Amino acid sequence: MISEFGIILLYFILGFVFVGIALVAAYFIRPSHPNAIKNSTYECGEIPIGEPWVRFNVRFYVIALIFLLFDVEVVFLLPWAIVFKGLGWFAFIEMIIFVVILLVGFAYVWGKGDLDWERPKPYIAKLSDLVIGKKKQ
Amino acid sequence: MNETLYYSLVIAGVLITLLTIAAGNIYIERRLLSVWQDRLGPNRVGPFGLLQVVADIIKIFTKEDWIPRFADRVVFVLAPAIILITILITFAIIPFSPDIVVADLNIGLLFFLGLSSLGAYSLVLGGWASNNKYSLLGAMRGAAQMLSYEVFMGLSLMGVVMMTGSFSMVDIVEAQKNVWFVIPQFAGFVIFLIAGLAESHRIPFDIPESESELIAGFHSEYSGMKFGMFFVGEYLAITLISALVTTLFFGGWLGPDFLPPLAWFTIKVFAFIAFIILLRAALPRPRYDQLLGFGWKILLPLSLINILVTGAILLSK
Repeated sequence: MISEFGIILLYFILGFVFVGIALVAAYFIRPSHPNAIKNSTYECGEIPIGEPWVRFNVRFYVIALIFLLFDVEVVFLLPWAIVFKGLGWFAFIEMIIFVVILLVGFAYVWGKGDLDWERPKPYIAKLSDLVIGKKKQ
Repeated sequence: MNETLYYSLVIAGVLITLLTIAAGNIYIERRLLSVWQDRLGPNRVGPFGLLQVVADIIKIFTKEDWIPRFADRVVFVLAPAIILITILITFAIIPFSPDIVVADLNIGLLFFLGLSSLGAYSLVLGGWASNNKYSLLGAMRGAAQMLSYEVFMGLSLMGVVMMTGSFSMVDIVEAQKNVWFVIPQFAGFVIFLIAGLAESHRIPFDIPESESELIAGFHSEYSGMKFGMFFVGEYLAITLISALVTTLFFGGWLGPDFLPPLAWFTIKVFAFIAFIILLRAALPRPRYDQLLGFGWKILLPLSLINILVTGAILLSK
């Protein structure tokens, strides 16, 4: 008797086989006539300048960090969503507290401008701010 | 051993059907788009242009499939395979009718969420291995977009899970006997549809590809069969999203008795595929910051409110 997960494993294997057959068949059928121009990086006909692995906006990294926090929240909500009917109001109120704590963090991220691509200009401290008796601008 | 063979044949049948449907979707999309744009569309090859799909497949197989010398070879080949395999495997949990379910997992929805997040690897690895500036930018955009919308996708399904009390897709369909979940879970349905479109990076959310600025983005260096895999993967993703929306919110195989369950399921799925193609014909592409801002600032609070309101209503009953 094959279990449900055994069927999934079988499905995995067959999926790999199907994709593999497509790739191998194409490998034998396709022509191959490389030349120097074909072998250059495609940049709309321009000759590429510099490294292809360019620097990209650090904003992508911040988005990934925020995602990590909220995905953990989803993972915590999933088992609760299954059993919450049996647990009743107590678990529900606890979940509200959890979500509110997360929303405070969310509001902080939002307020800091990390959800906007165009970020407000940060205030960079100057040496004159440190002089005693002078107030911050 | 006999059982293994039996299931292998069933699975092979499902896989072939899925790939045929995906190829058929290409034809359907081209014809429907041309209807909405006052054109004729492909109508030369075979009756009504139906053999256009076959011609496309022959073309893709015989095109020069070129691995760039500057690319990371192994990863370059792996990337299109990942997207195709993950989407194909996700179909294992879809109940096509009461009898035709490949595997009725008790963690069906979790299985789907896990595999859909694996799809992001395909974009990132493909774009990174191409060794091309446009591809890298497309991959980065794609990664941030898929990560963001994955959160809302998980959260929007929570309402359905709470009403059913199970992750199993068969249980979810059977729980909709009285009323389809689209009525009590309308917010969840809308968020799931938007997130699903963003996950399959279809127009209007095709910012990782956006041919007008990134010249096909993460797959601009791909050609031949590998490009075909990305292409078929996209159409499979549309089918998957339509099948999931049907199963989770529109009662799956349920419907009046004069048609068999499988027919109801197919009709609903193709209605959603047509709807998604109409979206492509109707909507422009948003800017990237608008896309992420819309997701985080509107969809996330909305899906959390949806969960809490659903919970309160269910408990007070």
